[in-house]
Amino acid sequence: MDGSVFNMTMFLAILPELWIFALASVVLVLDLTLPKEQHRVLGWVTAVGLLLGMGISLIIGMPSDQPQFVWGDLIRFDQLGFVFSLLFMFGAAMTALFSSNLEKLGQRGDYYVLMLVSTLGMCLMASAADVIMLYLAIETTSIPLYVLAGFYKEDEKSTEAGFKYLLFGAMTSAIMLFGFSYLFGIAGTTNLYELVNRVTQNQLSPYLLYGVLAFILVGFAFKISAFPFHFWAPDVYAGAPTPITGFLSTASKAAGFAVLVRVLWIGFVEIQPYWVYILTGVSIATMTIGNLLALAQKDIKRLLAYSSIAHAGYALIGFVAVSELGATSVIFYLIVYLLTNLAAFGTVAVFEKKSGSSDIASFAGLSRRSPWLAMMMLVAFLSLAGMPPFGGFVIKFAVFAAAVQRGLIGLAVIGVLNSIVGLYYYLTVLKVIYLYRSEEEHIAVPIPQASLLALAVLCIGVIFVGVIAAPWFDIATLGARGLW
Amino acid sequence: MQFPILSFIVFTPIVAALVIFLIPEDRKDEVRVAALAASAFALILSIWVYFAYDIQVGGYQFVEQVSWIPALGISYKVGLDGMNAPLVLLTGVVMFTGVLISWGIDDRPREFFTFLFILATGVFGVFVSLDLFMLFFFYEIAVFPMYLLIAIWGWKETREYAAMKLTLYLFVGSVIALVGALAMYFTAGLGTFDMLELEKAGFSREFQILWFPFVFIGFGVLGGIFPFHNWSPDGHVAAPTAVSMFHAGVLMKLGAFAALRVGLMLMPEGAKFHMSWIILLTLVNVVYGAFIASVQTDFKYVIGFSSVSHMGLVLMGFATLTREGLIGSGIQMFSHGVMTALFFAVVGMVYDRAHTREIPKLGGFRKVMPMVAIAFIIGGLVSMGMPGFSGFIAEFPIFMGVWKSYPMIAIIAAISIVITASYIIRVVGRVFYGKMPEEFEGHVHDVTVLDKIALVFLSFILIALGVFPGWMVPLVESGVSTILRLLGGA
Repeated sequence: MDGSVFNMTMFLAILPELWIFALASVVLVLDLTLPKEQHRVLGWVTAVGLLLGMGISLIIGMPSDQPQFVWGDLIRFDQLGFVFSLLFMFGAAMTALFSSNLEKLGQRGDYYVLMLVSTLGMCLMASAADVIMLYLAIETTSIPLYVLAGFYKEDEKSTEAGFKYLLFGAMTSAIMLFGFSYLFGIAGTTNLYELVNRVTQNQLSPYLLYGVLAFILVGFAFKISAFPFHFWAPDVYAGAPTPITGFLSTASKAAGFAVLVRVLWIGFVEIQPYWVYILTGVSIATMTIGNLLALAQKDIKRLLAYSSIAHAGYALIGFVAVSELGATSVIFYLIVYLLTNLAAFGTVAVFEKKSGSSDIASFAGLSRRSPWLAMMMLVAFLSLAGMPPFGGFVIKFAVFAAAVQRGLIGLAVIGVLNSIVGLYYYLTVLKVIYLYRSEEEHIAVPIPQASLLALAVLCIGVIFVGVIAAPWFDIATLGARGLW
Repeated sequence: MQFPILSFIVFTPIVAALVIFLIPEDRKDEVRVAALAASAFALILSIWVYFAYDIQVGGYQFVEQVSWIPALGISYKVGLDGMNAPLVLLTGVVMFTGVLISWGIDDRPREFFTFLFILATGVFGVFVSLDLFMLFFFYEIAVFPMYLLIAIWGWKETREYAAMKLTLYLFVGSVIALVGALAMYFTAGLGTFDMLELEKAGFSREFQILWFPFVFIGFGVLGGIFPFHNWSPDGHVAAPTAVSMFHAGVLMKLGAFAALRVGLMLMPEGAKFHMSWIILLTLVNVVYGAFIASVQTDFKYVIGFSSVSHMGLVLMGFATLTREGLIGSGIQMFSHGVMTALFFAVVGMVYDRAHTREIPKLGGFRKVMPMVAIAFIIGGLVSMGMPGFSGFIAEFPIFMGVWKSYPMIAIIAAISIVITASYIIRVVGRVFYGKMPEEFEGHVHDVTVLDKIALVFLSFILIALGVFPGWMVPLVESGVSTILRLLGGA
């Protein structure tokens, strides 16, 4: 574990990050040199660049089965980080495609650069093995996201979203940093993997760790929008540009979970009963509140915001079932949830561009205006509701299975009851799309090429996972095994 | 490797659904022809597989297995035995006639057939699944298209309410059963969802007693078990004709069948423990359903509640845990499926022409649509359990089985036959005979050729089974012997 000598592994370990950095520079240069009318191409450059990066990482950047610590033990080169990095890059690529035909958003280079930097931060979050690295990564992720949420400067709601996100984010991250400082104080190390040893060797009082963890969980709960730090989500999601909302609710949330998994399962493994206890409560509260409040929503972005809170609760079910199946189910959940929710926000973005409204009522008659867009929304929403043959069914099954395996039958039953509430409001949206008539029925809703491509990839992906689940499940298992 | 016939049957509808969705929206006739072709293909395959099943050999035949998530021991495993073969045939029949009857749908027929066929795949899938996970997978595939089919093409007055009610009831039932299934999986500790393996898992008696009600009642919701039957008449009434046919004809069997396969067959000890009170619930189904049916003035509600009553008989047959009862239930599932499909087809035809289903406002339809009247009378005779029709072949063994274990219940349940006769005869008299109200004179015309084909086909099956039961009874008997073996010869 000598970080002073450079070797190849060190660079392979941060290959995705390096690639994203280079790509961001390219986009920045193109933004300056290309004439205004060709800026449409920036979205494609970002997306293709990210997909290429994924390909290259897959070919040469695969971590071995033996995890390695690199860069002075700041980063752990393992499959968990790798799987998540690919996931974030994919999510960013799809978001870039959705954005590319929105004038005030997708034709500006700085937008893509901010998104790429944020993605870079997420990749680091997933592989950080040290709380200092972790904190830096979280901030690298968050600060561009604050700007992106408020990217429509003329739009009051967007500015409000950006500002609210910033205030909440800054506060929770300060509390988390405070927790980190205590951690160093009592354990004398900032390394998560070292922390475990210190705890056992020095026989640290668990009560100190309880306190520290409480501070740290504040920051994490904010990232995954879990109760009681979910209040920002609906306002921010509703105000932020729709593709960014999609990105926030999927990639950013997945990054939060990646961190949560590593810090709690590795660093705080000694006080596992304590945080299982807390997070079980958080899981129940999060999914119940998310689902119940979603019932009352009139705006589709707010509805999806609450739904995304609820989904964080479901993923936590797999999380508190601390086992290999539990870890696998969480990762699997996040992979499929990313596909599904990006598709949902993608369809909303397409529709919103045409109609200028994100009211659920304005979706009336969509199946007559654009049968394909309606069908894609159907796929996305039913997958969110956990219906087969879509991916959403398999992941729900996986987390419930993980819970039942550990004997958490009560938790599984609460999850199941919640998914019934979920089904209700997702079906309500589909009812508007398919059943209700509107005066604008004859006006078609065109799907721009870039969005069509992204939506097709996502929807086919959602169905594909639902129909042929094994390879995806294996990827998730690979990531889960990389944790230890 | 043999020809994967069951997979062909299961996936024909969903592939057809995809193809249909790719046809441009305005080519409605091509959509209909494609739907008819696909359903005819599925029907032919299901007839073929039904008669190709070798009763002498018995057991599960045409088994196919493909690993699905090896890490969890989930595989796509399908097979046919004496219990599900008639149901596969039933699904083929109802799907085919349902397409014939839906020819007139003019609002987005493309979407209609797409959803209907996704539903059909789910139904076929549940019947042939030998893997517990796959059974749930297909089961839920069968639930969601139902919502859209009813909400979009249903009866304007109640469709939104009924569709949501139905979907939530069924979903609640299935997820409760799902928790039970997961408990089985982990308790067995075999690392497999294969039901043939789980049968041998030897769950403890306590475990079975605890979990059996979850699974049996959870699935029983879709079978219309009292007190969770309430969604069914509302759903039937609100649904468009083909969907009502599917719904009452096939979907309710899905619930009963899954309750049998997952509840009874995997947890026989639990079944023995709980059946004494479950049979009382089914008794309520049978008698109460018939009573309510007899006081309805809406034609479709009459049939809707009659389904509750008849499905009660199916579940009652299960609850006897006797050879006779189970054989009767197996046949009743098929017979009632065809019969109720016929009923709903008739109701749909009358309603499409009269635009009302209020029985007092109808009358004399025999004159303009004689074939429909005859078909309804045939269905009615089946429903009353008249010898010479399939209903007798099905209900007689059920009553024998009930008599063997609970004579009192048999006597009370037999009242339902009388009530059934009363409401069927009332409907026949009021709707098809008597004087036609003046407003209908000259406006109401006979049904189309396609409608007639569907009616003749359904009626033919009901009579064929009644006159010559030999083509189904031994088959069901072979399936029942498997169940009895699991029950330990009870």
